[in-house]
Amino acid sequence: MALILGLLLQGVQMLLVLALAPLLLGFTRTIKARMLRRRGPPVIQPYRDLLKLIRKEAVIADNASWLFRASPYMIFAATWVAAALVPTFATGLPFAWVGDLIVISALIGSARFFLALAGVDIGTSFGGIGSSREMLFASLAEPAMIMIVFTVALVAGSTQLSFVAAFMQESAGLRVSLGMALVALIIVAVAENARIPVDNPATHLELTMVHEAMVLEYSGRHLAMIELAAAVKLLLYVSLIGCIFLPWGLAPAGSAAPAYATGVAAYVGKLLLGSFLLVLFETSIAKMRVFRVPQFLGAALMLGLLGTLLLFVSRSF
Amino acid sequence: MALWGVAVLLGAAVLGALLQRAGAATRIVYGVCLVGCLTILGTASYHLLLASDAPQTAQLPVGLPWTGAYFRLDALSAFFLVLVNLGGATASLFAIGYGSHEPAPGRVLPFYPVFLAGMSLVLLAHDAFSFLLTWELMSLASWALVVAHHHEPDNTRAGYIYILMASFGTLTLLLAFGLLAGPDGGYTFDAMRRADPVMPGLVLLLVLLGAGSKAGLAPLHVWLPLAHPAAPSHVSALMSGVMTKVAIYAFVRVAFDLVGEPSWWWSMVVLAVGGVSAVLGVLSALLQRDLKRLLAFSTIENVGIVFIGLGLALAFKANGMAAVAALALTAALLHAFNHSLFKSLLFFGSGALLTATGERDIEKMGGLIKGMPLTAFLMLGGCLAISALPPLNGFVSEWLTFQAILLSPQLPQWGLKLLAPAAGAMLALAAALSAACFVRAYGIAFLGRPRTPAAGRAAETDRFSLAAMATCLALCVIAGILPGLLIDALSPVTQALTGARMPVQTTMSWLSIVPVAESRSSYNGLLVLLFITVSTLLTIEAVHRYASRAVRRGPAWDCGFPDANPATQYTADSFAQPIRRVFGEVVFQARERVEMPPPGSAQPARLTVSLRDLVWDTLYAPIAGGLAVATEKLNQLQFLTIRKYLSLTFAALVGLLLAVAIWR
Repeated sequence: MALILGLLLQGVQMLLVLALAPLLLGFTRTIKARMLRRRGPPVIQPYRDLLKLIRKEAVIADNASWLFRASPYMIFAATWVAAALVPTFATGLPFAWVGDLIVISALIGSARFFLALAGVDIGTSFGGIGSSREMLFASLAEPAMIMIVFTVALVAGSTQLSFVAAFMQESAGLRVSLGMALVALIIVAVAENARIPVDNPATHLELTMVHEAMVLEYSGRHLAMIELAAAVKLLLYVSLIGCIFLPWGLAPAGSAAPAYATGVAAYVGKLLLGSFLLVLFETSIAKMRVFRVPQFLGAALMLGLLGTLLLFVSRSF
Repeated sequence: MALWGVAVLLGAAVLGALLQRAGAATRIVYGVCLVGCLTILGTASYHLLLASDAPQTAQLPVGLPWTGAYFRLDALSAFFLVLVNLGGATASLFAIGYGSHEPAPGRVLPFYPVFLAGMSLVLLAHDAFSFLLTWELMSLASWALVVAHHHEPDNTRAGYIYILMASFGTLTLLLAFGLLAGPDGGYTFDAMRRADPVMPGLVLLLVLLGAGSKAGLAPLHVWLPLAHPAAPSHVSALMSGVMTKVAIYAFVRVAFDLVGEPSWWWSMVVLAVGGVSAVLGVLSALLQRDLKRLLAFSTIENVGIVFIGLGLALAFKANGMAAVAALALTAALLHAFNHSLFKSLLFFGSGALLTATGERDIEKMGGLIKGMPLTAFLMLGGCLAISALPPLNGFVSEWLTFQAILLSPQLPQWGLKLLAPAAGAMLALAAALSAACFVRAYGIAFLGRPRTPAAGRAAETDRFSLAAMATCLALCVIAGILPGLLIDALSPVTQALTGARMPVQTTMSWLSIVPVAESRSSYNGLLVLLFITVSTLLTIEAVHRYASRAVRRGPAWDCGFPDANPATQYTADSFAQPIRRVFGEVVFQARERVEMPPPGSAQPARLTVSLRDLVWDTLYAPIAGGLAVATEKLNQLQFLTIRKYLSLTFAALVGLLLAVAIWR
């Protein structure tokens, strides 16, 4: 019985992640428009966009290979599985032990690997420039992420997110190292999700674009899968920050139904807060030149390394 | 029993020497090699899995008079024999097909089996004399294979530098064994274990130099990217995937077994060297256009990762933390095993590309996924595995290394406390850069449009090559989703070397791996693969049921300005440009210079990129220059008169006698 309930919860989490991801994106866009004193699209616009895309025929370049057609599904599946491993409304789900924080980061790496390959598959310059820059950013963002994982894991004594969240709920307190990890994680999240100041999700045909350049040749249902994967990835990072640094409201394993309801409510609240803060950050900063981004990400790497070093010096930092 | 397998291999060498004119010779020789390797593989895996507590010994009446040669099969040898002969078997299978393209089989066939036999004998040798003899046999046979295509101008230089570095490595190993044997000359490994070594720190440094130069640790790696690509591709696979592991075996055998209790500062050296090799290797790989050179540099990276694990294991062992030492050692050995699998696969693929297009330069390939779909699929698997992406095997060993680093705050020494996280950061950086490196290699070689007519005409490679690559990929997947089996198989090795073993993994629920405790960390590759597969299938099903299935083929969009010329594609150099600019300005002193023609001139603008190999310029060039000056000076000794020779001899005699008198 407990197993069935657990599996059910796991399934609920996977569907919840999928259902909320476009909402988060739509909410972000709406608030951003309001902050720029525009009216902006309705909150549910991303759902409409996805529906529109999957109904259209897919136009594929003549020389596209099977990898080009398979990649959107691989990207989506890897991102979805990664997002399902992050505790959203409850900890201790039955498959939480399948992967820890390093696995989540590596799964995002797998998705990126296929995305970058798809970018060079057609053999256009735009795809190449996007892939090349994406891999540059990733080569700094991934080690920064690992250093953040180290910091968090050394404080909590585990790389397993369920245990991390439980530890943070009980006995974390304010720590210098965690503060550094939080700043670094925000930088990594901004870069990984192609948000301002690293990349601009709203533009096309700009020489500075990265993510949009890679997916330029996609259309129809393939583009829908990639857009959905990008939305899920944004949700994943917001959930990750929420689960590590704002772990309140998470329902522990085996709680009663009201606890789960509170968990879901708290989760939605965290998402809204995260999206509001993201917009606040984005509207108050300008887009960076591409070769300034490595310095921005290097700061995250150094903060993560510094946090880890402090914890190696003393566990009390 | 394993020695019989070696005998089969040596028989194959004789066959190779005799049969080189016959047409079917390649198939026969490589077939016999395959049988020999499988024999040793079977024996060694039986020993490792079922009989690891009873080492087998043999003493052959060969070698030095009144001493004989000692051979022994214990858990460590058995593990490395499995690794070496798995690589040897797949390489032989590959070569049954690939070898038929060899222009001069007589230069390859006799040496290839000797090379295989030499590597297995090094692992079996149990005294210093047979170890060094077989080590040299391995080096010389591989040297002969490196210079097999000596008509190509670079290969002679590669062979020259290789044999110099190999001799240097053997010299340092000889000195290390001399110190281990002590004044009594106990040259068997048993005697070395019993004796207290003279200056164990020096022994470790000498072994690090000797084994490290063979394994390709920075800064002794300069020969490796020259020599590995020069050999025929199946030999490159063996040298990169397997021979470097024999060097790792030598290091493990001495540092963990023969020399006794380690000191903590040894691990500092090993960790630092490993971290630097990992980052330097992958950064160099990122800038290569030659696919085989790229793979050789990536070997340096992976050997660096293995040495990070070994350094951690030494640190934990020196501080008496046996369980964690077992974890770090398992991670290192597992990564060595994984690397041999995917590196062999990638070198086989590069060989297949070489025969299909006649090129090693990825900028002259492109679009090969159409002409060679099976090779492209298998190579994609290899690239995913080497980029440490789940659920393949490269990820598992790096994940275990990270787990070992996370336990290192318990180490008491301050130097290690500061170096361990730095090594972790370097490992993370190397892993991320290697993903960039293999996206670039795969994307430029297999995707896009054909950059040359030859690439457009490329056809699928032969069945044997495909079978060899498929075997490697299947093993990569199995090692990735069921790593618990390998970790358990490694337990006798860690038990013997560190006195502890990792928790039994095969009894964990759902075959997860749990290095310490489930509340710390766990990973389940099987379920990750299952989840990804299920969610992919669900998505495909949902999309195909509810979405439009219509597909229209058209010209590429490219923002409305597609250009049919394949030269307008992104090239390998342009792909690496951002990373070259960010990392290369320091590491390689990369400089870009743009020469713009004056206005009105019809000349093209030129972009020149200059890179410097700082290791070569600061370390090797002065030594080579100093040697040249010294030989120039000493050359004068050849042209003296007889009177001067006699007085020189007399002066030397007096000087030596004086030295002895003062010494006494």
